Amino acid sequence: MKLWNNYHTPHSIDEALTLLNQYQGKARVVAGGTDLMVELREGHRPVQDALIDITMIPELTTLAPTDDEIYIGAGVTHTQLVKSPLLAALATCLVESCGVVGGPQVRNVGTLGGNVAHALPAGDGTTSLVALDAQADIVMDGQRRVVPILEMYRGPGQSLIDSTHDLIIGFRFALCAEREATAFKRIMRPQGVALPILGCATWVRLNPAKTHFEATRLSIAPIGPTPARATEVEAVLTGQPANDATIESAIDTAVKILKPRTSKYRATGEYRREMIAVLLRRTLQLAVQRAQTGQAVPEGIGIE
Amino acid sequence: MSELKITVNGQAHLLNVPESRTLAQVLRYDLGLTGTKIGCEEAECGICTVLINGLPVNSCIFPAFKAQGHDIQTVEGLAHEDELHPVQHNFIDHGAVQCGFCTPGLMMTATALLNENPDPDDHAIKVALKDTYCRCTGYSSVIAAIKSAASEMRGEGPLSVNEPEVSEPMHAISRSMPPQYIREKVTGAAKYTDDYTFDNMLFARTLRSVYPHARLLRISTERAKALPGVVAVLTHADVPGENLHGLVYRDWPVLCHDVVRYTGDAIAIVAAETEDIAAEALNLIEVEYEPLPVVPNPKFAHSPEAPVLHPNHPTGNLLKHIKVRHGDIEQGFAQADYIVEREYHTPTTEHAFLEPECAIGIPAGVAGHQKLTILVGSQIPYQDRNQIALAMGLPEEKVRVIGTLIGGGFGGKEDIAGQIHVAMLAQATGRPVKMLYTRQESLIVHPKRHATIIRMKTGATKDGKLVAVEAELYGDGGAYASLSDKVMTRATTHATGPYVVPNAKIDCYAMYTNNPPSGAFRGFGVTQSAFAVESSMDILAEMIGIDPIEFRRINAQRVGTTTATGQLLRESVGLLETLDRVQNDMVSPRSDFQWAWRDGHKAYAWGLACAYKNTGLGGGAPDKAEAEVEAFEDGTVEVRVAAADMGQGLAHVVAQCTAEELKLPYDRVRVLLCDTDLTPNGGPTTASRQTFVSGNAARVTSSLLREALTRSAAEFLDVPPESLYYEEGLLRHNGKSVELGSLVGWMKANGLSSKVRHEYHAPATQPLGTGGDMHFAFSYATQAALVEVDMETGAVKVLKIVAGTDIGRAINPLMLQGQVEGGIIMALGNCLTESYIVENGVPWTNLLSRYKMPSIKHTPEIISHLIEDRASTGPYGAKGVGEICSINTSPAICNAIYHATGVRIFSLPVDQDALLRAIRAGQTEVYTAWHDVR
Repeated sequence: MKLWNNYHTPHSIDEALTLLNQYQGKARVVAGGTDLMVELREGHRPVQDALIDITMIPELTTLAPTDDEIYIGAGVTHTQLVKSPLLAALATCLVESCGVVGGPQVRNVGTLGGNVAHALPAGDGTTSLVALDAQADIVMDGQRRVVPILEMYRGPGQSLIDSTHDLIIGFRFALCAEREATAFKRIMRPQGVALPILGCATWVRLNPAKTHFEATRLSIAPIGPTPARATEVEAVLTGQPANDATIESAIDTAVKILKPRTSKYRATGEYRREMIAVLLRRTLQLAVQRAQTGQAVPEGIGIE
Repeated sequence: MSELKITVNGQAHLLNVPESRTLAQVLRYDLGLTGTKIGCEEAECGICTVLINGLPVNSCIFPAFKAQGHDIQTVEGLAHEDELHPVQHNFIDHGAVQCGFCTPGLMMTATALLNENPDPDDHAIKVALKDTYCRCTGYSSVIAAIKSAASEMRGEGPLSVNEPEVSEPMHAISRSMPPQYIREKVTGAAKYTDDYTFDNMLFARTLRSVYPHARLLRISTERAKALPGVVAVLTHADVPGENLHGLVYRDWPVLCHDVVRYTGDAIAIVAAETEDIAAEALNLIEVEYEPLPVVPNPKFAHSPEAPVLHPNHPTGNLLKHIKVRHGDIEQGFAQADYIVEREYHTPTTEHAFLEPECAIGIPAGVAGHQKLTILVGSQIPYQDRNQIALAMGLPEEKVRVIGTLIGGGFGGKEDIAGQIHVAMLAQATGRPVKMLYTRQESLIVHPKRHATIIRMKTGATKDGKLVAVEAELYGDGGAYASLSDKVMTRATTHATGPYVVPNAKIDCYAMYTNNPPSGAFRGFGVTQSAFAVESSMDILAEMIGIDPIEFRRINAQRVGTTTATGQLLRESVGLLETLDRVQNDMVSPRSDFQWAWRDGHKAYAWGLACAYKNTGLGGGAPDKAEAEVEAFEDGTVEVRVAAADMGQGLAHVVAQCTAEELKLPYDRVRVLLCDTDLTPNGGPTTASRQTFVSGNAARVTSSLLREALTRSAAEFLDVPPESLYYEEGLLRHNGKSVELGSLVGWMKANGLSSKVRHEYHAPATQPLGTGGDMHFAFSYATQAALVEVDMETGAVKVLKIVAGTDIGRAINPLMLQGQVEGGIIMALGNCLTESYIVENGVPWTNLLSRYKMPSIKHTPEIISHLIEDRASTGPYGAKGVGEICSINTSPAICNAIYHATGVRIFSLPVDQDALLRAIRAGQTEVYTAWHDVR
């Protein structure tokens, strides 16, 4: 059964936007298609007049460090991200989260831009982009804009951008500097849809003596309808010794204030609350250890 | 139509195809490279994997025009002319190919891995193949094959094959002969139904009910018929014969006319010039429904307020009440010092064979076919023919069913799928018609494993003797009878486990509901009751204060004991030996064995369970199979039987029996299966029966041919017949010999036939309730599971399974090992990953992405021992294996979880969420499963 009529592979952003414009909302942007094709097959979306494949546009397929930042084109695949030594060392959580998405066949075509555009509250790549405080380069209503990653989400499955006439160009964020490190872990279940019960990415910066938390960013999902930072929990860590006692007090706060919901055939709210503790403990300990040693080797790539 | 330039296996192609094509469609339908299979079109099963510029991708969702200008490698490109790629021949040598449908995907994914990593360890292989599924092998042999291929590609030679130990190997029996069609399966040449095309062929689709229960008020097909490209739209009014089918009860409409009883019910069928037009036509058929109250579960079905779904059925929604009565139940419990009573729940599960159903109908007089011919991968070709003929109003001789290769079945391809529909459309249009189910359609339509609710009360004395079992089982039969009667009977008769239980009272209620029908599924009801039996055994052992293995040993069936249906076991009861062998391999970190231990937040434990399973139909049903064996002048022999090989290996079993009887080299035996015009009836491939019945049919028929050949050879060589012996295709007498082929030539010249046909009848059995032999053989098994439970998350991982399986004789040790490994992994899914969810009659599990079956990452270490306690009436002592390996894994795992955590699971599949909450709350029993998380 056909799911689209025409297939275009523009070679520039302008060309892609022109095509979207021509189809008047009846064409959608596609990258790896690993989510979109299944949605079309489910009948959740109508047969598309056209698919506009953005993976041949150079600006969307670049993975490049700039001065103190890295730029990742929206069409960069999970496999490319996972294989980047630079990201493995200095944006470890992103590699860890992209490394557990699907199997090799899905990671070989699925892109970070697709993950964000799909706007799931607990997309693995997204959870790490939030901890990395990433920004998204987008074209919205014909205008180039740079928006904080959290602004990309309007609700479950609802992105800021409309894939029938907007584009995500890429993402940028600061790589970990000295005394900084990240970690990502998630809890899955062996049944049902392959969405995490809970995912957690942490970014930490220690003080120069590497004994105390100087700053942290915690991204735990799904908690609400869109990704969010656990800022009140971050506040508990700031300035405190980077030890188990501090981590436990952060966990106490987290399980008190974060109210994960029960989702059908995935997890009870109660179980998710338990997992907040487990994941915060595991990722914070790991991130601290990485920041202290200056060594980060991604864990759980391929199979958690 | 647009131009597509791609290079496939080194050959450049310039095609003019629609931009809506996926890469898999272009490969299969435009280039005819049908080695690439389509399993789900959801990027879920991975069997469509091809390499694009060396990278594995799922071709089923990969837009063809995304591949513009790229280099594509498919399974057809692996071999260099006649020389197989190391991955291909190692898949053969290590027994990693069963049905063969997922094999191209597995091999392509493996090839990509080996191109990148010349020496992958188990973990690397699991990472690479994590999302490339196989439902047959259980993956152990796949891992072995890939490692061996890697070794060979590194120039270090292939690794040795892990051959199981067997006793008394013969000329061709108890030898690991390569399966039939194996070369075709690794090169992509093997043809499954959707791989066939015919000139002028139409494509068919089915309109199905949108309600689980509704009255049909009006069906209007006018608009669909008017759509250009639509050739026929048929409804109930167009069914030429009887508008009903069914294997046991004929209660299932070919096309519904007054009422629909589940969401898979067929209302209309369309044949059109293209698949897209057929799909579009479905949207134009207008159906007016009056929704009716839904019967969502078997207990409600049994209540007086439930609407009656089949008014013609004499007992209403009660499809069948099955009873086992043995001894005196009250007296039994009066003797008990300990009694345990609990309720167990098992879910509906889905076969998820990787080949969705497909059938092709060819009208008489078309494409060289003299009669209405149906191509289909079916487990029961002769019963297909019977059901098609009745619905078509034709005598059976006017219908021919040709069985194609089957991409997995596991019981799910016994009922009618599209066979009758394509027959009707072919007849109506005068053209060949293909009907291929989408994966999503397959999930909704075909019968599943019965969900059950089992209340079981078991009593034992303080010295560990079982004295009584009282049980009540409810089975969700779904909308139509299918094989519910038989399946739930087996659940009932096996509900005392492989133990001596002097007093038993078991009642089973198989109920009609508005859920998808339930039918055969590997284990045939015993999987469900074994979960209750073996959990109860462990609870009781703990109450008594006795080791669970010792408790089983005390009560184990052995020769001279009687089953709960009153059958005296006279031979071939290998249960105790399976227990011994398994216990030997259970080790713990301390030198004195412990069931459980801790390491940080991980808890480890062993759990054990036993099982038995009948071979053959039993219960008084005549169980027979007919075979035909013919010798040819080129010195080859063909054995013909209409018995399905869905990957389990019936074809090589009959070939080995024939080679054995004629002492022929195995490669001189050909097998022709499943053609109702050319092969005699082998009966259904179900109940672990084919090795026994068709194996015996091949054995006896071949021995009759041998007698005929001997008589002729004696005459030809002018020697006494009793002095002749067979050796490697020669008939010898001292210095004289004649080659088989020459002998056949001589026989033909002298008007003698070199063809023998014979019907084998298995030993007679008795119906349930009459005492005596309900079955002619039982297979036995013990399995122990070593699990790891993360006490912080509740996640359960199976690290090791030790299996002892008494199968009488291993006709083909390596392929039989594959049955055991595959059965274990399938059962692991039953315990940990699988549940087919229906919400008030509407399947939630309407996508493969909602139904997780075990992937290679779940594969534990498997240690398998084959125990060969010969069955005197089996072929060379063999009995069934298909199901026995897939029955006790779930309770073994759950018993291990209990030892690890102190929490007992009463509902499958195990929910880590509920398990963790129970651990935290200090509760010891969990009565909810994954599907209860809401």
